[in-house]
This record gives sequence, C-alpha cells and structure tokens, in this order.
Amino acid sequence: MLPFLLLIPLIGTVAIIFAPAKHAKAIALVTSLLAFILSVVLGFLFDKWGTSEFGLTAEIPWFETFGVTLNMGVDSVSMLLVLLTTLLMPLCVWGSATAITERLKEFYGWLLVIETAMVGVFVATDLIFFYVCFELTLIPMFFLIALFGGENRAKACIKFFIYTFTGSMIALAGFIYVAWFHADQTGMWTFDISTLAGASQQLVYIPFSLHWNLLGWNILEFDITAQHLVLLALLAGFAVKVPLFPLHTWLPLAHTEAPTAGSVILASVLLKLGTYGLYRFVLPMAPDAVVEWAPFIAVLAIIGILYTALICWVQDDIKKLIAYSSVSHLGFCVLGLFALNPLGLQGSVLYMLNHGLSTGALFFLVGMIYERYHTRDMNSMSGLSKIMPIWSFFMVFFVLSSVGLPGLNGFISEFLCLIGTFTASLDNAAYPGMLGPWYAAIASVGMIFAAMYLLIMVGKVVFGPLKEPSVSHNAQSLPRDLSFREISILLPLAVLCVYIGFRPQPFTEAMEGSIEQVLSPYPARVERLARRREALLSPSVRELSTVPPEDTPVDSFREETNDG
Amino acid sequence: MMADKLWFLVPELILFAGVVVVSIMGLSPRKGVRDSLPLITCIFLGMAFAVIPALYGGERAEAHMEGAALLFPYLGKFAKMVVCLIGIGLVMISTGMIDRKYERAVQTGRATFDPIRATRGEYFSFFLLSLIGVMLCCSANDLIWLFLSLELTSLPTYIMVAMSRSSRKAQEAAVKYFFLGAMSAAMFLFGFALLYGAAGTIVLSEMRSAFAEQIATGGINAIGIFGMILAVLGVSFKVVAAPMHFYAPDVYEGAAVPVAAFLAFVPKTAGFIALMLLLGTMGWADHGGPGTTGLPGPVFSTLWLVAVITMTLGNIGALLQRSVKRMLAYSSIAHSGYMLIGIIAGPGLGLNAVLFYLLVYGIMNTGAFTVLAALERGGQEIETVEDLAGLRVRHPGMAAVLSICAGSLLGLPPLLGFWGKLYLFMAGVKAGQIQLVVIAGLNSAISAWYYLWLVTLPIMAKPSPQAETIVRSPSMWTRAMGAIAAILIILLPLFSNRLVEATQEATRGYLATTDTGRKFADVEEPPPGESSETARAETEQPH
Repeated sequence: MLPFLLLIPLIGTVAIIFAPAKHAKAIALVTSLLAFILSVVLGFLFDKWGTSEFGLTAEIPWFETFGVTLNMGVDSVSMLLVLLTTLLMPLCVWGSATAITERLKEFYGWLLVIETAMVGVFVATDLIFFYVCFELTLIPMFFLIALFGGENRAKACIKFFIYTFTGSMIALAGFIYVAWFHADQTGMWTFDISTLAGASQQLVYIPFSLHWNLLGWNILEFDITAQHLVLLALLAGFAVKVPLFPLHTWLPLAHTEAPTAGSVILASVLLKLGTYGLYRFVLPMAPDAVVEWAPFIAVLAIIGILYTALICWVQDDIKKLIAYSSVSHLGFCVLGLFALNPLGLQGSVLYMLNHGLSTGALFFLVGMIYERYHTRDMNSMSGLSKIMPIWSFFMVFFVLSSVGLPGLNGFISEFLCLIGTFTASLDNAAYPGMLGPWYAAIASVGMIFAAMYLLIMVGKVVFGPLKEPSVSHNAQSLPRDLSFREISILLPLAVLCVYIGFRPQPFTEAMEGSIEQVLSPYPARVERLARRREALLSPSVRELSTVPPEDTPVDSFREETNDG
Repeated sequence: MMADKLWFLVPELILFAGVVVVSIMGLSPRKGVRDSLPLITCIFLGMAFAVIPALYGGERAEAHMEGAALLFPYLGKFAKMVVCLIGIGLVMISTGMIDRKYERAVQTGRATFDPIRATRGEYFSFFLLSLIGVMLCCSANDLIWLFLSLELTSLPTYIMVAMSRSSRKAQEAAVKYFFLGAMSAAMFLFGFALLYGAAGTIVLSEMRSAFAEQIATGGINAIGIFGMILAVLGVSFKVVAAPMHFYAPDVYEGAAVPVAAFLAFVPKTAGFIALMLLLGTMGWADHGGPGTTGLPGPVFSTLWLVAVITMTLGNIGALLQRSVKRMLAYSSIAHSGYMLIGIIAGPGLGLNAVLFYLLVYGIMNTGAFTVLAALERGGQEIETVEDLAGLRVRHPGMAAVLSICAGSLLGLPPLLGFWGKLYLFMAGVKAGQIQLVVIAGLNSAISAWYYLWLVTLPIMAKPSPQAETIVRSPSMWTRAMGAIAAILIILLPLFSNRLVEATQEATRGYLATTDTGRKFADVEEPPPGESSETARAETEQPH
C-alpha cells in the first residue's frame, strides 16, 4: 500500500503537467486529499502501533548489484510523521488558493513533488532510497522559493540549497563508509537501514587517531574511533537541516522569502527531516560516539535555544520572528533526543508533530495578514483584534500553543523534553544519561524567552490601539476578517492542538516500542563510559584494569550475520 | 593473431568506410546529398553500435580473445558502444553548423558551389576518425598502438576546432590546442620509451608480467616509475586534468559549441581508457604499502595530487567565469578530477565507476552544450551567462533542459549524475580513500554555486535586452538531442542496474588476473575462530 502513497502525488504531478493551468489547483487538491485519506486508512491498517516493528512493508528491488532497493515500511514514529505530512499538504494547497495567481502549473506541480519526496523520506527503509528522497526535497523547495518567493529570493534559495547540499554530501560519505564496512565484513552490499545500524555500532572497534606535530610539538592529537567520524558526517547532514546552532543561518532567510505554503512545508516537515534523521540514523548508528559527545551536542542545542530566542526578541518582521522561533524550539527537540531516555525521546518525537502543527498554523496566519496588507512589519499594525477577531483568536491560540500553555500541545512535549534532560544524569537507574539538571535548568530559560517574544508580538499586533496598514490593492477580493476557506485551514490544526494537549497518551504510547528499540544500546554504554571515567579520575592506576572488557567485538557480529 | 585482432576491429572498419563515404559525398554538387551527411554519419555509427555486441559474445569471441591478448579483454564492448551512442548525439548537435553561411549563399545564388570550399564532408570524416581513435584505444595491446590511437583521437580535433567557426578565435584556439597537444604527446611518448626501457617489452600484457616479476623481486625500478608518471601527466592533457588543463577554457571558448562538446567527451574518454591500460600494466596489486590502493607509491601520490588539484581548480575556476562555455570547460576539468578517484581506486569498483561515469558525463555534458548550440543571436553563438537570463520566458524547453543537465552535473538525486557520483564515491571508500571522497563531496558543494546559476538565471532573472534577441537555431536535431538528453537523465537511473552490470563485464578479464579482487573473496574463507583471532589482533580496543 505504501508505494501507492508515493505514486498518488506523482500521478498528480504528471496530470498537472498535461492538464490546462486552470485545473492545476483542483488536481493538486484532489490528489493531496486522496493521499491524506489513503494515509489515514493506512494508519488504521497499520497494526504495529506501540511496537518497534516495521509494518506495511513493500520490497521493490532496484539496483541489485549494490543491494540498493526501494524497500518501504513504517514504524509507529514514521507513520505519525507521514500522517502529519499528508495532513498538511491539502491545507497548503487550499491555503495558496488566492495567494498564487500565476504559474499555477509549476507551483502545484512542485508542491506534489515535494509531497512525494517527504513521504519517501519517512517510509524508506533503504539508506540510498532515503537519501535520494532527502535530497529530492531540495529541488521543489528551491523552485518554490525561486519562482514564488519575496524580493530577496535569489539569495535565499541559493543559500538554502548550498547549506543543505554541502551537509548532505558529507553525510553521504558517512553512509557509504558504513555500507562499505558492512560489505567488507560480510561480503555483500546492502543499504538496509537496520542492518547498517548494527554494522555501524561495530565501527567503534576501529580506532582512528590524528596526530599532527610541527617541529616536534604536538599541535593536534586526538584518538577517536571510526564511529565518531560517522557521527560527525551524519551530524553534518542532519544538523544543517534541523537546524542546530551554528548552522542555522540559512533558515530565517529561506523562511522569510518563501511563499506561505513553502514556509509551512519548511517549518512543519522539512525541519523534521533533520530531527527524524537524528532519531532514525544518528542514535542507532553511533551509540558509543553519541554517549561521549551528547553533552557537546546538548550545549549547542542550548546555545541555539537561547541565542535565537534573544534574536526573536528584536525582530520587527513577524515571519522572521516565527522562523527564528523554530530554531529555538527545535533546540528543545534535539535536547530531548540526546537525553537518551524514554521521556526525552517521547517529548522529542511529540515535539516534531506539535511544532509541525502550531508553527505551520502560525505561518498560515502570517501569510493571511501578508495577503491583506502586503506587510509583515509589527510596527505598522496594532490592535487587529478590533477588525479581525477570528484571525486574532487563532493567532493568540497558536501562539499560546507554541509558547507551551498547559492544556495545549506545545506544553506536553516541551515539558517531556525538559524532564527527560533533567533526569538524564548518571543517577537515573534505568536510563542513565550524560546530561542533567543543569542542562534542563538553563534550557528552560528559553521557555521564558519564548513566552516573552511571542506574547510581546501578540500584544503589539493583536491588542492595543487600532492601527491598520494601508490596504493593498490585492486585498479587495478578500474579506476583512478570515474567509470560510481560511478558517477551514486553521480549524483542523487547532482541533489537533487541543486534542494532543489533553490526551497525549495515545501518541506517546504508540511510539514507546520504537523508542525502546532506539534506546536499547544506550544504558550499558553510558554506564561503561561512566565507569571508565571514574577509573581514570581515581588516583590508583590499578583500577583501570578492573574495567570489564568490551563485549561484542567485530567478528562476533560477522558470525551472526553470516549465520543469518 | 592478426585475425584475432581484426575481429575486434570490425566497428572501426565500418566507421572507416563511413569516413570514405562521407568525405566523398561532401563534395557532391547536389544540396540534398550534402545535407544528408549527418544522417549518413549517424547510420554508420548505428551500424558500428549494432555490430559490437555480436563481436564480444559467443564462443568465437572467447577464442579470439585469447589470441588478441588484451589487458582488458571486454573493455571494448562497453566503451565502444558508449562512444557510438554519444557520437550520434554529438552528430545531432553538429547538424547545420558547418558551412552554414556558405550553403546559404549557394542556395540564394550569391555563390556557386565549389567542392574546394565545402568543408562539411571533411568535418564529419574527421569526426568519425577521432571516434575511431577512441575505439582503437580500447583494443590497444601495445604501447605503439596506444600512442597511435591516442594521436588519431587528437589530430582530427585540432582541425575540427579550426574549421568549426570562421572566426579568428577558432584559429587561435586550434593553434594553441595543437601545440600543447604536441607537447603532451612528446611527454607521454617519452614516458612510453622509459616504460619500454624498464619492462623490456612494449606489449601491455607482457609488461604486466615483467612488472609483476620486478615487484616480486624488490619493486619496480625507478625508470619504470618515472616513465609511468610522465605518461600519466602526458595523458592528463587528454583527460583535461591538472597540470595540463590550462588549454581547455580557451580552446572550448574558441571552438564552436558542438566541437567544444566533442572535445569535452571524446579525448577525455580516450585519455581515461589510456590511463586504465597504462596503470593496468603496473596493476593495483598490493605493492604500494598501506593506503595507496596498491599502486606504486610515487604513482599513487601523483594521481592523488592530480585528482585533488584538478577538481578543486576546476570548480574554483568555474566560479569565476562569465562565459558559459568557459564555465562548462572548467566543469569538465572538475569532473575529470572526480573520475580520477575511480582510477586511483582501481579494479573491483573504481574502473567500473569510471566507465559508468564516462557514459553519464557524456550524456549530461552533451545535453548542457546542446542548449548553447540550440540558441543563437544573429547567427552568432551566445556567450555569457547574462544571455541566459530570463531564457525561460522565450525558450521554456531549453531552460528546462539546461536545469536538468545542470542538476545532473551537480550530482543531485535522483538524476543520472548522482548515480555516477555515488558509484565513484563507493569505489573511493572501498579503496580506503575516504579523504578523497570527502574532498570530492565538498567540491560538489562548491560546484553547486555555478550550476545553480545555470538554473536560476533562466528562470528568475528578467531577460536582459540582449537576451531578447536570442532565437532558436534552425536545426531541429539539436533541440531533439536536448530533449533526449533530459529524458535519459531522468529515466536512465531506473535501468542503472543493467548499466552497472555492463561496466562490471567490461573489466572482467583484468580482474581475473589480479589479486586486488580478493578482498571480498577471502573474508569468508578462514574459519570463524581463526578470523576472530586476527580481527582482534588487528583492531585495537577503545580505551
């Protein structure tokens, strides 16, 4: 069934190419709705909720010589993200109905291509298939920004493209290295993700040391393992996409210049490709390296949270503010992932969904204002609640959801991420982690900042004395407040926000199995590292030898795979 | 022996018949006959293409194969077919280029037809001769043959550059190309001489055993190594690699677009095949110490440096260009750098990846040049990137082809170029050259800047006043080639498994005679207990 989910938007694209331009919107709407309905059906057919297994699998051979396939399958986490993607696409199409008036074929065609690519990323169980889809998201987004963006679009789309492309080229090198390692061990090429994750865990037994001395002085000297290099390579690919500080500078520009639908897709789904990559690849593939470096990555995430929150504070452009707030929010998501315990991971995965819902809605809301007034400057408008009560209601609602008001969806995921980080210390018996209360305490300042900048923005724009920007000519066709169409876009998102806010259990329970599977290599490794550090710190060298030897060396892995 | 050799030269002989036919028909006073020359050329290329699989299949081929004693017995099948196919594409974009003004003058009665002035027949016969040169390279089994076929590839191209346009620039380019080409020929000929001195034979397969003997008894002697380095540097002129790449931008700019496309593919293919044969004599057998992929140390270092410098210089050079042709010339340099990774990696995956990439590069590069060939302003070629600004408004099809080709050259999945690059990178990683692969990856990222220009300018920029006057060139075949290239770039990845198998077959015979393919094979050989001992001894426990 999954291949059909990929094929439907592709067929829509082909139809749009050959149909007259005036039908493009209708075709896009119908196909994206069909894809949504199919994915809901698949959600019911999917019987592996709560377990770690992949369901709905389909095996399609492609490139037999190297074991590259088009294999598909979803586990509960990727199923949720597929649902999020297919839910947002019809809304994006529906939401662009009045904003896009020319080059309809290209716009809707590229929207459907990006839907295929995004669904492909989440359903791929083959590394190369994943990578192809991951990169394929670049092309439609590039054209959406280049053809339909704002004034600064040329710079925005090229910067977006080059940042992501550079990162993913390095990630590709890492992927190929892992695949080669597996092929070297077993004599057979494969790109199956779970097989390669197992192979990559063995990479920790391959030392890699870099010594560079100049005139007899050691300038650079560090000993790591090949797994650390794989972690670095994968981080290069995924941290750009998330984006993690200091690689976030492409994002505000791209978000600001993209058309509304483009911003929604970027914020709601494309950024999740980064965190999904961390969840699906980085955590299972490089556990030893992650355990050692989790504090550094967490520090980067916290810097990102605080630094971009401060940037948000001084923005005048609402869209830019929301763009920067995405960077800040996704910092929590990364922090939760590297807490390495179920609470943190649940929070993080839930955050991916919640951020997709509420930030997507915020971009829709900004787009609606921009369509009416052709400005996004906070200083040129105020007190809009007097003339646009419905818009103001939704604005306040989604801002509160984004801030993390208890009862709405943002709260539960942010809280879980922070609790996860807080308890991710060595004292935690079941899931010891490398972070701890201090990380959580400092990161939680970001929540306060978020409340400040978002509420200040709401205060300026929604409340206060009425100041209306001069209405642009384009707005004549639109009602002053939201039309029925616009409400119908925001309502489903709002309902979901409330639902997840009050009943997150179905979601967290659904992802439990998958999270346990991802976390399974961690507790032992964290403890081992802690013991090793203790031994290093203690004065007696003798204790070093009491550290138990490592288990599962390279060859035992080989035997296992040979038998299987 | 002779019959064995001739057996594999049937496609060349067919093309040679084509050379004679085309050059005679080009003198015909009837316009219809002269106009049919591209078609005739294509027919001969098609015939050669159709014959090749039959020659390399079946028991008779096996029997001939032994007599021919080739280093890479099956290389010809893949390489010759690729050359014929891309050759047809190059003919398609050359239609209507040669003698256009003169033919029009004859048609309108301003001039009378004079066989001495007509050059179309000569152009297409030189075209075929150069292709024959490449195909002969594949069947070369000694150094003299290799030298002659390399020169047969290059000599016609000097004249093609000069006759392609009636401008001074073309003549300047041709002279420059000729002198530098002669210098490179001298260089690799000197290298060949030294190799002969070191091995005591000029037959490639005998050289291989001679060098193998030397390796067994304490390493290849210094003369041989020096000769190999000279030969590699000399051949790097053909593949447009540093340090012999300087001519490319000037020559490509001076030549007409179809000839530039020809230069970017045909001599490069000959050069890479020559590199495979030359390095094949020393082999990628384990005699270079750790991390050298089995090549002799100095040769490995030379190739490594050449690869890195070539891709970096090519990409940085391309960033600085305003002329599209110069940009594509530098991009051609950069792609040679990528392909050298495969040469360094050696048999197993590397050489297959090079062959695969030659096909991929031929398609996407010809496609990119096709766009330039399909557009003109007042009978002149378009030159600068500004001319492409706003191309989408007036020529949407060409803008789309250019975007697809640029994306593929960049290596963007799921386009064809990505698979070529993936294959090369896999070969590089397998050979332990991860640094090279990372450098190539970063270089691809640099190349995104200028390839994206080729995508964004046509679709985003407002057409400049000069761009308004651009019209389509009259030849329909050129546009058809653009469409074919774009379709192939999108659809071929679906069949890439078949292509990869073909490249594996192409290097089959060589692999059997080396010990480099053993790595995968003997992993499974030792019993588990024993192998775990060695694995533990080799790998250090992390602390």
